[in-house]
Amino acid sequence: MIGYLARRLGQAALILLGISVVTFVLLYLLPADPVRQIAGRSATAETVENIRRQLGLDLPLWEQYWRYLSNLLSGNLGRSYLQKSEVSELIAARLPASLLLMVGAIACELTIGLTMGVLAAVRRGGWVDNLLMVFSFISVSAPQFVIAILLLYVFAVKLGWFPIGGYGTFAHLVLPSLTLGLLGAGWYARMMRSTMLEVLRRDYIRTAQSKGLRGRIVLFRHAIPNAILPIVAMIGIDIGMFMSGIVVVESVFGWPGIGQLAWQAIQRVDIPIIMGVTLISACAIVIGNLVADLVAPLIDPRIKLR
Amino acid sequence: MSIIVPELGEPSVPTRPIRAQSVFGRLLHRPMAVVGMIIIAVVVLAAVFAPVLTPHDPNEQYFEGLTLEGAPLGPNGQFWFGTDLLGRDLLSRLIVGAQTSLIIGVVANGLAVIIGSLVGITAGYFRGIVGAVLMRFTDLMMSFPALLLAIVLAAIFRPSLWIVALVIAMVNWVQIARVLYTETRSLSEREFIEAERSLGAGSMLILWRHILPHLVSTIIVWATLGISTTVLLEATLSFLGIGVRPPTPSWGNIIFENQTYFATAPWLVFIPGAAILLLSLAFNVLGDALRDILDPTQQGRAA
Repeated sequence: MIGYLARRLGQAALILLGISVVTFVLLYLLPADPVRQIAGRSATAETVENIRRQLGLDLPLWEQYWRYLSNLLSGNLGRSYLQKSEVSELIAARLPASLLLMVGAIACELTIGLTMGVLAAVRRGGWVDNLLMVFSFISVSAPQFVIAILLLYVFAVKLGWFPIGGYGTFAHLVLPSLTLGLLGAGWYARMMRSTMLEVLRRDYIRTAQSKGLRGRIVLFRHAIPNAILPIVAMIGIDIGMFMSGIVVVESVFGWPGIGQLAWQAIQRVDIPIIMGVTLISACAIVIGNLVADLVAPLIDPRIKLR
Repeated sequence: MSIIVPELGEPSVPTRPIRAQSVFGRLLHRPMAVVGMIIIAVVVLAAVFAPVLTPHDPNEQYFEGLTLEGAPLGPNGQFWFGTDLLGRDLLSRLIVGAQTSLIIGVVANGLAVIIGSLVGITAGYFRGIVGAVLMRFTDLMMSFPALLLAIVLAAIFRPSLWIVALVIAMVNWVQIARVLYTETRSLSEREFIEAERSLGAGSMLILWRHILPHLVSTIIVWATLGISTTVLLEATLSFLGIGVRPPTPSWGNIIFENQTYFATAPWLVFIPGAAILLLSLAFNVLGDALRDILDPTQQGRAA
């Protein structure tokens, strides 16, 4: 266990280091001239030179990277080109809203996905099972921004059940969470269906049934808990899915999280902000995967550590 | 995001190279796959014959295309799918937009498949330091959210149609590389490859004559599923305003241009939205059917 933990942590650290190299390349090397972008078109040669020195772009490459990395480690993600504030502060201010949205999305995807998966497995070939197949195809094929606008149109504009957008109450949270969770719901539904089918074939289920337990008790006491655990351990992996989704969902619903921050930065070509959000997302994904890998064997001892 | 999770289960290795005719015949027995192929055929034909098919000039701002108050028209006899905010014919723009989606779908995904295959097969066959470095790099790329990485690249490079294709390819090669790596690895450990090697066959010959033919079915499946991802990613980038730039119509940027009016002119969002959904769905369904047919050990949906 200790060895596994150490190895896995080491891997994660290496990947995080790699991520910093990639973002460094994207931020400082690829843009034709980041200084020009920061200084604006009308800057004098002197200002340009000053900014270049300030950013340390006159230093050798490895030294630039070293400065970049030590900044990152002390929580400094650089400054926005246009808003004169620290990227890390902008992100920190908006992180809680995004986290709330993700919690809502997890609730949606688990509720929809697990319910559908169980019903489909219990009545194999029934209408829920067929619906699940259609649903899971649509959830991976539908563009999230269209789903978002569709939900807004039906439930906010036509029916008036939910606000058109914004932030603050529980009602504001429902539609964005649903949009963000839909993709995962399809995935969980399929996973739950196949693990349930497998569990239902097991001997202990047959034993429970032959003891004369009613079907419902067998299902809720014996089948579902065994099928659900390995699946719930995968929530950490969802983070990657969410990180792409929040940019779209938050921009459509006007949700003041880091996705909207990224979207606003896109419109103004404010690369440090986009990069900051990307970096945070990549870290969240690495950590999410790590947590999923570490939690899974704790929840389900059948999973062997490798 | 596609339907299957590549890491699950043992990598499967089809034992026989595939025959195109029998695969197509078996596809015809699957109603969903047939529907998928019909949708794809319709979009392809629309894109190819766009100059003939468009009922109106896609870029013309028609005077009669707006109401007296300047609002777009809903679907009607003259403009079948209605008009957009500038009085342009939506159907004609959709048909031309089909070209954009397909060009990007084919070019971006083609590039992604080529890069992914080169990386995956090289790493899987040669292993050693080269393989380790390539696969660690692939893992690294996997830890970036695809959309955000594409956004960063698009923001840096100021996209044209071809740059968008390139950006999508740079993001999407990762999955196919991972899958081909696992398959190539387990193939190159098989006896018949071992035998070839001991007979003195060169690496290039083994790769070309013995490894590649066994990977063709996997590549076909992932190439098909990948078009679905590509179409979605292009639409999303265009929707965010950093994909294909107007006035070149793309299904994503049509929605981008008109989204603020979705409450009063919903057709401007939902008709192009349906087009994106249908095309992406078609490739997903087709890819899934192909996987079932080509690769019996890896069960797809009907597990």
